[in-house]
Amino acid sequence: MTTRIFGSGIRRREDPRLITGGATFTDDVQLPGMAHAAILRSPHAHAKINSIDTAAASEAPGVVAVYTGADTDGVLNPIPCAWLPPDCDIKAVAHPAIAKDVVRYQGDAVAVVVAETRYQAEDALELINVDYEVLPSVVSPEAAMQPGAPQIHEDAPNNQAFHWIAAGGDTDAAFADADVIVKDTILQQRLIPNAMEPRSAVANWTRSMGELTLWSTSQNPHIVRFLGSLVTGIPEHKIRVIATEVGGGFGSKIPMYADEMITSFCSMQLNRPVKWTATRSEGFLATIHGRDHIEHVEMAATREGKITAIRTVVYAGMGAYLSTAGPGVPTILHGLIYSGPYDIGATRADIYGVFSNTTPVDAYRGAGRPEATFLIERLIDLLAVELGTDPVELRRKNLIPKFEDGHDVASGITYDSGDYEPLLNMVLGHVDYQALRQEQARMRERGAYMGIGVTCYAEICGLGPSQVAGAVGFGGGLWESAIVRFHPTGKVNAYIGTAPHGQGEETTFAQILADELGVDVDDVGIIHGDTSNTPMGWGTYGSRTTVVGGAALALAARKVKEKARLLAAHLLEAAEADVEYEDGKFFVKGSPDQSKTIQEMATMANVAWNLPEGMEPGLEASAFYDPPNFVYPFGTHVAVVEVDKDNGNVVIKRYVAGDDCGPQINPMIVEGQIHGGVVQGWGQALWEGVVYDDNGQLLTGSMTDYALPRAHMFPDMEILSTVTPSPHNPLGVKGIGETGAIASTVTVYNAVIDALRPLGVTGIDMPLTPEKVWQAIRQGQGS
Amino acid sequence: MNIQVTVNGKAHEKEVDPRLLLVHFLRDDLGLTGTKIGCDTSQCGACVVKMDGKTVKSCTCLAVQAEGSEITTIEGVAPDGELDPVQEAFWDNHGLQCGYCTAGMIITAMELIEKNPDPSEEQVRQGLKGNICRCTGYQNIVKSVLAAAEAKRS
Repeated sequence: MTTRIFGSGIRRREDPRLITGGATFTDDVQLPGMAHAAILRSPHAHAKINSIDTAAASEAPGVVAVYTGADTDGVLNPIPCAWLPPDCDIKAVAHPAIAKDVVRYQGDAVAVVVAETRYQAEDALELINVDYEVLPSVVSPEAAMQPGAPQIHEDAPNNQAFHWIAAGGDTDAAFADADVIVKDTILQQRLIPNAMEPRSAVANWTRSMGELTLWSTSQNPHIVRFLGSLVTGIPEHKIRVIATEVGGGFGSKIPMYADEMITSFCSMQLNRPVKWTATRSEGFLATIHGRDHIEHVEMAATREGKITAIRTVVYAGMGAYLSTAGPGVPTILHGLIYSGPYDIGATRADIYGVFSNTTPVDAYRGAGRPEATFLIERLIDLLAVELGTDPVELRRKNLIPKFEDGHDVASGITYDSGDYEPLLNMVLGHVDYQALRQEQARMRERGAYMGIGVTCYAEICGLGPSQVAGAVGFGGGLWESAIVRFHPTGKVNAYIGTAPHGQGEETTFAQILADELGVDVDDVGIIHGDTSNTPMGWGTYGSRTTVVGGAALALAARKVKEKARLLAAHLLEAAEADVEYEDGKFFVKGSPDQSKTIQEMATMANVAWNLPEGMEPGLEASAFYDPPNFVYPFGTHVAVVEVDKDNGNVVIKRYVAGDDCGPQINPMIVEGQIHGGVVQGWGQALWEGVVYDDNGQLLTGSMTDYALPRAHMFPDMEILSTVTPSPHNPLGVKGIGETGAIASTVTVYNAVIDALRPLGVTGIDMPLTPEKVWQAIRQGQGS
Repeated sequence: MNIQVTVNGKAHEKEVDPRLLLVHFLRDDLGLTGTKIGCDTSQCGACVVKMDGKTVKSCTCLAVQAEGSEITTIEGVAPDGELDPVQEAFWDNHGLQCGYCTAGMIITAMELIEKNPDPSEEQVRQGLKGNICRCTGYQNIVKSVLAAAEAKRS
């Protein structure tokens, strides 16, 4: 190729419809005869339902129907959990779509009203009378496992959902022999993903055909069809799920939720289209939460600063039920990555999944890896203090040396490629780390508190080999597929199984395809998000879309190109072996003037007037790509903060993100992913956090009460990168969707603690709000 | 109640429920779904439209309060297909990802630039604090608004 669009920061082709209001999100769908559903949710965290009186609601103006758990019981199967890690005694408790006897969290669905308008449906909710007998509830995952805690599920004693262990190397010996041990208890507070588009579903059942069309705010429409079939009993080929325009997800639109199935149930009962859209406050209660760990962590090291082991006991909140991928998050995506970028001989994770009377927990951006990175980096900073060494030099000393094709870590996984120190050096040079330390010292002399946080990370993403998925209890595959189809005029469509929802793959995948085929990027179009016209795919999460789906696309394009080459050889009357390809053209070796373009081959293959013996008409191919391994992006982030010791306010003064995701298809989009992820991570460090009261009432249940990052709260960040290709990926690429959130929380946290160390502060539970910081300073100073 | 409003230059006369929110009137009665609903506490700004020259959060305004007013929604920003410099700048600078907050961001940014044609980065950040974006970390939104202001000045 003389020119490549791969690597170019071209602007996104998605944008014209989004900047003009022309995109159709789920709640924008209007169908003739459509009714509107509203769901009544439990106001109690834990209660027995004695009775439900729906008579008045049924008579209310505009009301078409009212359904309760008695109606859905036996018609809708329980909402499944699709990730059940093996060998951990997991309790796959039943999760009814509508609670019938017991509600287990504030927000559990107890009834649904269908009315002609949304306003009428919400009015009628007020008229439903539920007689609850309130039961004791428990919120904290550690408290839920204590003797005497309220029992949430009969078949899960002590509220233990599972006990999963990942152990590699001799951790006990490492701790027994350690010169130094540092410990901490880390609160990975509960977060609420808050994608800007609330969840929504439009279900359209056609009784005459026995077919369901479901518009759904999903990151994985094919999984919705698969699991939706299991829940509703509708054969999979008679369900069409459409999720072409989805307003962000960050993990919160992975799960199979009850609400979408309830909406489908209503449509099936009434034989008319039904729409349900969550209000934001409803979303706070009924859309999954993230994180929620209480972690007891420790690190063993030699006096010289060689880290020898990490050991943890983690209580991971699952909420009231197991969400679709919930159990996989604190286990597979967390406990296996305790080495981070470091050479650590032994790691052990004892993970207790715990039920509590709270909203179910599932993947939220980073999903297990931010928590792992946090504990590793927090412990290293504590170790640096203990040893009296520079935290950066301690990190450098323990980094895994460069490797190009495989490195085994203690937990048993094999990293693909890594070259950590050059990026560390690049970032340190960029910020002039030594000068920052000098500035910090000068500021301290005049009573100002600046802190520096430096994080090195390596993470696991690009999920993943299907064989591994099966071995770790994931209820599906993790391959991806693509169909590439040339039309008679030489234009191309690709149909993909993944489901972008803001990440820009209509653009980046067009870049991949244009280069593979040697055609203009404007001559290719990417189709996604509708199960009726896209091939099976497992969805967009775990930073896997480009890594796995992009690879499938490249492989399908290569098949198409080879078929076009064979056709060109036939039409050029040349031996197949003599026909070569360059820049969109096929030519006879040594005679570049004798050539055919790939567009000409598209026309000739489609009209099929003159094909070689045995060649099928048409120019298209599909490919399935099952990756041989995960990918392991890495990086170094630096935060510089200032803390006002009089009021506890933290100001981010500077932030540098250095990340290596291999070759970048569109650097502008890569940077956008980093920006968004980093700011979500800052949100966890400084502002965001779920608060329940002791009765399981969500106190942070609206955007007024839950502090999301806003534009005026921080400055621009700076972005650096290196390029270390993945050896096993056809494009060499690694994921970049989550690295920002994986690295930035602990980077800012460590910077704040670094700032406050002279004031006697050694740790503060997140989020580091001014009040908590101020209190910590007061306590640190002994006042 | 009967209301008369002009939306994107087109006059409408409609019978509405007194409690109907303006955003539902625009989306459901007029079919202008470019205006989004992102919250229910007037926090997120996804529903921002321009009413009589000023931005309003249309989820916090009744349709009847719009009586006699002129409203511009995102669909009215480039009626003949020629993008406003703010739209162009959002496109050029990757100022959106999922696009759900974008209509509110663009309408807000247009007013911001009208009031202050040469804003500083800090002024842009302050001006956008009533609009929440969860995808971009705001960095490229701020960049877009600064670029749009510059384009409008030149």
